[in-house]
Amino acid sequence: MGLGHDQLGLFNVSRPDEALKSPVSAARTSGYSQGDMTAPDSLFPRLEPLLPRVTKPIQYVGGELNATVKDWDAVDVRWALMYPDAYEVGLPNQGVMILYEVINERPDALAERTYAVWPDLAALMREHGIGQFTVDAHRPVAAFDVLGVSFATELGYTNLLEALDLAGIPLHSRDRTDAHPIVLAGGHAAFNPEPISDFIDAAVLGDGEQAVLEITDLIKTWKSQGRPGGRIELLLRLARTGGVYVPRFYDVDFLPDGRIHRVVPHRADVPFRVHKRTVMDLDEWPYPKQPLVPLAESVHERMSVEIFRGCTRGCRFCQAGMITRPVRERSITGIGEMVDRGLRATGFEEVGLLSLSSADHSEIADIAHGLADRYEGTNTSLSLPSTRVDAFNVTLANELSRNGRRSGLTFAPEGGSERLRAVINKMVSKEDLIRTVSTAYAHGWRQVKLYFMCGLPTETDADVLEIADMAKDVIRAGRAAAGHRDIRCTVSIGGFVPKPHTPFQWAGQAAADTIDHRLRLLRSAISADRSFGRAIGVRYHDGKPGIIEGLLSRGDRRVGAVIEAVWRAGGRFDGWSEHFSYDRWVGACADVLPAYGVDLAWFTVRERTEHEVLPWDHLDSGLDKEWLWSDWQDALDETEVDDCRWTPCYDCGVCPGMGTDIQIGPTGRTLLPLTPA
Amino acid sequence: MRYAKRGRLRFTSHRDFARAFERALRRAEIPMGYSAGFSPHPKISYHGAAPTGVASEAEYLEIGLARLMDAEAVRVALDACLPAGLDIEECLPVAEGTLAERIDASRWQITLPGLDPSTVDAAGKIFLATPAIPVERPTKSGRRTVDARAAVVSLTVADSEPTGSCAILTVVVRQVTPAVRPDDVIAALATVAACVPTAPARAIRLAQGRLDDSGQLTDPLAPERAAALAARESVPDTLDGAQR
Repeated sequence: MGLGHDQLGLFNVSRPDEALKSPVSAARTSGYSQGDMTAPDSLFPRLEPLLPRVTKPIQYVGGELNATVKDWDAVDVRWALMYPDAYEVGLPNQGVMILYEVINERPDALAERTYAVWPDLAALMREHGIGQFTVDAHRPVAAFDVLGVSFATELGYTNLLEALDLAGIPLHSRDRTDAHPIVLAGGHAAFNPEPISDFIDAAVLGDGEQAVLEITDLIKTWKSQGRPGGRIELLLRLARTGGVYVPRFYDVDFLPDGRIHRVVPHRADVPFRVHKRTVMDLDEWPYPKQPLVPLAESVHERMSVEIFRGCTRGCRFCQAGMITRPVRERSITGIGEMVDRGLRATGFEEVGLLSLSSADHSEIADIAHGLADRYEGTNTSLSLPSTRVDAFNVTLANELSRNGRRSGLTFAPEGGSERLRAVINKMVSKEDLIRTVSTAYAHGWRQVKLYFMCGLPTETDADVLEIADMAKDVIRAGRAAAGHRDIRCTVSIGGFVPKPHTPFQWAGQAAADTIDHRLRLLRSAISADRSFGRAIGVRYHDGKPGIIEGLLSRGDRRVGAVIEAVWRAGGRFDGWSEHFSYDRWVGACADVLPAYGVDLAWFTVRERTEHEVLPWDHLDSGLDKEWLWSDWQDALDETEVDDCRWTPCYDCGVCPGMGTDIQIGPTGRTLLPLTPA
Repeated sequence: MRYAKRGRLRFTSHRDFARAFERALRRAEIPMGYSAGFSPHPKISYHGAAPTGVASEAEYLEIGLARLMDAEAVRVALDACLPAGLDIEECLPVAEGTLAERIDASRWQITLPGLDPSTVDAAGKIFLATPAIPVERPTKSGRRTVDARAAVVSLTVADSEPTGSCAILTVVVRQVTPAVRPDDVIAALATVAACVPTAPARAIRLAQGRLDDSGQLTDPLAPERAAALAARESVPDTLDGAQR
């Protein structure tokens, strides 16, 4: 949580829709043969009359700046890329944008995008027999070779089922034929795809850039050979690479008490463990070069440049920081080029320098200074998603805001008490925090946002109540530093969800009631003191959605039936509070799980033991399970570990095991001012 | 500036268009004038946008530049930076006053699928003979009733082959508050004469301007067009030279 930076994941617009004037399309939602002979008709002529009847129709028409529509018949391999959430959330996703461009740059392949459709349009599509479509050329998703789905969060699983059903693709991998696309999962949630293993054909762990190219090659070869052995042979070829997980080739056996006995391949020619993919030189992958700019409003109205990938801070709750190791920096000159090219290509007014901990880039001071110089007086604003709590971060923010407003700064102490911060390995003292925010207020920042989590391992009520004290101290110190009372502090707090491949993967998740109870205590502790009035705001979420996220995060194959039951009962858009129904999930768990001798609590609040086989143990993120366990024990002992970017290696296992190494500067190069075109 | 909203991009809302337009200004590197103050904004004024989902050949806006530019060069540069379907049709230097003073009505063309022109013509006559036709419209804050009749200046049905495939209606509507939109006119025809198309009707705004005494719309860019023509004829080279 908090770290919503999992955004990681040509030609000008041409419009075949207008060219394909055919008023009647034969395309129905099922029975698509992978039409290599003829291009499928655009669904747009049939979709268009429905659009005036739905909300925000612009999200379904495509036509984004820098979108690509290629000739169907001119390529060998065709990808439909899906972000399984609403268009406004999915469009800015960096992962999808990068893969879309990487694939479309190949002359022999094309990629189009598809997003979750809202229930109003989904109902009309079913009524009129219109299948799930891509927004680029409105081609039916069922006609592509691959449907690649990027899961930044597990709450998109019901949207996957909805899209498959709308597309006319059988929900279950086993029911698909050679006529259907390969359904491929990626993104952070793919590091434990077991809950969706019935519905996907394959999963790729880690960076997608090289993986999609290799998969494209493999499919191209298989098709050119006349598709020998059909779908199974293709999946086998993918599995044999060792970098693509094909769940159907693995058996999961259970012990009488419900735990997993073992996960083993049932064929000799597929590997026991599947490894994650790591792109090593980010300067060789300067994507997206031509970021997509939607006509519709999206959740990120800015351009993002990924300044490094990976994180070695070692925050024990953070799945992103664990599974994206090692740290790989983009060079200062590479960043400068991407910012320049991206701004020219998009016309955006704001650039975000994206990563898991941007202030940690070895040349961040020069980058900030150089960009601020370059864009001085241009109404271009620069931002850094700041989570580091130190004065240096404020210096950077000051530099980047040289041209513009100083409205708000964000810091993420994550844990309320010093003890708890030792447990989660977020090394920041209360004094650091007070000093940092005082500096910020003294430099004219008026609003400070503090991110916390609730329900962390070993947490007590007292730990959470310390957040109230901290917020009050922040305001007190801030008023003194600013010399006036016009400052605000917002406490943003969410429930912690233990994630696979982290030291907390064994932890018992806090129950929803516990989270809600502690949040109530915190809110009343803050509002009890009238002298702070509205200077302190609290933003929070209740604990129930976190429990379902926990079920889906650490679930195994038995959870698939729960997901399907929830979807059949109308579950969609589970990341949206207005659509999410806790009761629907609890009901589905109660219907499905007792047959296996387990329940919702078994998957969520139960603490695991050292030698329990975890559902994702056969999926190799590079981290040694022994190291994760010892880090979990260190957490319980409140012992911290250092950041290996600056200190010697502590043997998490990634670098030697995967043949990788951290890649950081300084390069010693500088960001040259641009010469006017 | 006159611009058009066509094809599938008629589904852009006004806010969508404004965002795309401002990004196009930046990409085209148009030297915009900015408002003063804490948070400077480029000087753009938009005039009554067509509703989301309705195409238009005649949308208008004005921009303020920081320095003199050739208007046609601005048009070409901006049009190249906007997606096809959002098209800048005309760009002229302001001659006098503001566009707002020259626009008080719209001419819409409405296509009603599955209706015979004679049927719609009969319905139109009933419409025009009715003093007030309240219709309901869903809004964010519940349903709201507007009179679809009073603002309508004229309503004519094009003569076409009575194939039964569609009828084409042209209406001239005054820009009043609350606005009367093509949807309201369609709803009114259904109310007074049970005249309901078999598929969703499609509307296009063909023109905006000031109503003259004969009920026709005047071209809001006429003074600019005249001034530009006069300038070209009298001083062919100085304007061009002044920009460099």
